[in-house]
Amino acid sequence: MSALLETRDLCKSFGALRVAENISFHLEAGARHALIGPNGAGKTTFVNMLTGLLPPSSGLILLGGEDITGLAQAARVKRGIGRTFQINTLFRDMSVLDNVALGVAERRGMAARVWHPASRYHDVREEALGLLETLGLAEDSGKRVVDLPYGKQRLVEIAIALGLKLRVLLLDEPAAGVPALESGMILQVLDRLPGEIAVLIIEHDMDVVFRFAQRITVLVEGTVLCEGTPPEIAGDARVQRVYLGERYG
Amino acid sequence: MEVFLSSLVSVAFHGIAYGMILYVISVGLSVTMGLMGFVNLAHGAFAMAGGYVLTSAISRFGLSFPLALALAFIAVAAASVLLERWLYSRLYDAGELEQVLFTIGLIFMAVAAAQVTFGMLQRPVLLPDYLKGQISVLGRDFPAYRVFLIAVSSAMIAALWFGVERTLWGAMVRAAVDNRAMAQSIGINTRRLFTLTFALGSGLAGLGGALGAEIIAIQPTYPFEHLAYFLIVVAVGGLGSLRGPFAAALLIGVSDTACKYWLPQFGAFFIYVATIFLLLWRPAGLFGRRV
Amino acid sequence: MTRAVGYAADPRIRFAEWLPWLAAVAGFFLLPEYLPLGARILTYVLFALSLDLILGYAGIITLGHSAFFGLGAYVAGILAAKLGVTDPLLLLLAAACAAGALGIATGAVILRTHGLTQLMLTLAIAAVCLEIAHKATSITGGADGLSGITIAPIFGAFKFDLYGRTAYLWCLALLFAGWWVTRKMIYSPFGATLCGIRENSVRMHAIGVPVYRRLLTAYTISAMLAGLAGALLAETNQFVGLNVLGFEPSGELMVMLILGGVGRLYGAFVGPLVYLIAQDFLAKQFPEYWYFGIGLMLVVVVLFARGGILGIADRIVARARKYV
Repeated sequence: MSALLETRDLCKSFGALRVAENISFHLEAGARHALIGPNGAGKTTFVNMLTGLLPPSSGLILLGGEDITGLAQAARVKRGIGRTFQINTLFRDMSVLDNVALGVAERRGMAARVWHPASRYHDVREEALGLLETLGLAEDSGKRVVDLPYGKQRLVEIAIALGLKLRVLLLDEPAAGVPALESGMILQVLDRLPGEIAVLIIEHDMDVVFRFAQRITVLVEGTVLCEGTPPEIAGDARVQRVYLGERYG
Repeated sequence: MEVFLSSLVSVAFHGIAYGMILYVISVGLSVTMGLMGFVNLAHGAFAMAGGYVLTSAISRFGLSFPLALALAFIAVAAASVLLERWLYSRLYDAGELEQVLFTIGLIFMAVAAAQVTFGMLQRPVLLPDYLKGQISVLGRDFPAYRVFLIAVSSAMIAALWFGVERTLWGAMVRAAVDNRAMAQSIGINTRRLFTLTFALGSGLAGLGGALGAEIIAIQPTYPFEHLAYFLIVVAVGGLGSLRGPFAAALLIGVSDTACKYWLPQFGAFFIYVATIFLLLWRPAGLFGRRV
Repeated sequence: MTRAVGYAADPRIRFAEWLPWLAAVAGFFLLPEYLPLGARILTYVLFALSLDLILGYAGIITLGHSAFFGLGAYVAGILAAKLGVTDPLLLLLAAACAAGALGIATGAVILRTHGLTQLMLTLAIAAVCLEIAHKATSITGGADGLSGITIAPIFGAFKFDLYGRTAYLWCLALLFAGWWVTRKMIYSPFGATLCGIRENSVRMHAIGVPVYRRLLTAYTISAMLAGLAGALLAETNQFVGLNVLGFEPSGELMVMLILGGVGRLYGAFVGPLVYLIAQDFLAKQFPEYWYFGIGLMLVVVVLFARGGILGIADRIVARARKYV
């Protein structure tokens, strides 16, 4: 079976520093996959290469069999691969609705229209509102993002990504910095993500990883150490040594 | 051929003198932009201030030329400490636009203050006799003042490079340029470091303005007119670097002198066009560290 | 940046938005001796509006916006003075097209860069334009300026009169058109996209927006509006001087916009109005203090009143509402 997202021997080096080495990776449609590894393992580099922020030094990235290695970020999003951010990078002074609507309009090819007022694009607004409703943010749609509690800002982050109707969604630490009380809200939302989307989650919180992921890939020093189901990974001696060891050992 | 060769030497000589001055003035700008990320468009005002300190110190108070030079450095550095503490430091975390506007405002104020205090005309520099004549080097006569200027600039540059590469202060500056948060976390007082570095950079600008008063005329519109050149030196040389701006300043000094000597009808046209293409080719400058 | 645009904003023109136009028309009847100054203000409002589009909405910082204004002025001036093209509408069109062409060519370059490099490039481009105008004396008149511009009656019917009545109304009509187009754009999805880019261009890339292309579009439109304003200046003054080009007029324009308030559409109206009237009264008597005052004002606005005059007005209104 051909994978939805595939990387072949992806490498990245900055001068003599090799931050990613021969990463070959598959993601099937509907997958719930986690990428873990100690700090500096190259997780963010890997995601940045997938989304087009960093050009790989060598290797290929295929989305649905199509080579997207040389495409710009925006072109990749149009083909269905996108991300959320680790630290909030929302449009802080805009309303929650606009945060989501900007992406929806872009996806529908309406974001460059100049003639009619934005508020006349009812279907864009309805779709954005609908999304906010499913995430329990309907009441906040008129508020500015800065005025929301942090946990809800993380949800807006996910709402924006959902508005893009992606095939592959990369979640960069969706629960980072969220107080324990609010993290349950995020997990619920993650559980309800549309089934057909392939999700790759990068997360430090092992509770989130083991609750959410069906498969886990462990990245250490820029290379794939191993891949398997959560019980396999939890039982793997090498993983315990390099990673889990420092947490549970 | 002989004539051409002679003008070639002359252009190179004057170009180097001009480049040295550009460097002494602009190096502070490069460091403050690299270190603090502050877009200080008013940097030229410090150079102008140095020029006015020099001319006034000589003509009004009868100071000797070397003393007046030293005073230009000290006075401008001292004034810049006040400005940095009171005003600049409030905008370290502000956006680029705020910094640009704020420093444009300072330029307007400096230009007006210079007009009121010193009048519209350019200020002549009263050179001591020993700098007025010609000095013979390798069988060729060169204006003594420019030889002096190159010598003093070289000494300053050597001292500066030694200071940055070999002293603790220099190490702290380099660390802070590299990674401010890291520098702070290992206990470097970046606040004081900024003030000191800003003062040094501004002082150097004052010195450069004073030293180069014969080449870049001291007049109220100075900060407007020469801003582009100072910025070119920094942008082409690469932010936060010491050597990049040096190469850039010499390159600009020589090519500008050459253009104005051989193609005066084009003025500064080629310099700007060359800058545009150079920045297109290497957006981070010739020696910029960003990938 | 409080004026909400975007997908929930009400795009209808509010009553207050008609006030500048009412004032402009009233000014025409009540202050006949100030019509030339009025025409100048209207021209600069259009120019400031063009800057607000890219600076206030799209967040592009430029030190060289005068390049487009100056090009427009020189294109119109040269066509009229040297080539005998005298139809005012045709001149405006030619100027807007020329400025638009320069906008797309330079925008294609500078919008790929950021920070200091971008600032430097805008400055260098404006400096190149100034050098060309300065040195190509046979075409531009160089430092003496370009004179001998004759303009035919508008639509063959309305002559530019000595009192500046036609010029004033002509400027007013064009500003109205420019304002209408800009306003439409700002309230459109395109305008919302521009604001998104200003707020967070990283995020815009990540939601699939071709940021560079959108910025280039905005930059080109802004250049055309600026060129139009420049041509208006040439037509109403029948003279073009070097002072329309370079860093100083760019800085001055920025001052006007900041004074009025950036990114709020009407800041571009208030700023030039206040600045140019103050300049008319003060600059002649106290030229040095005028410059000093401008600088001081800029510093104060940046440190204490980032929204400019309209920002202060907003705050006063908000405070008043609290007590009522």
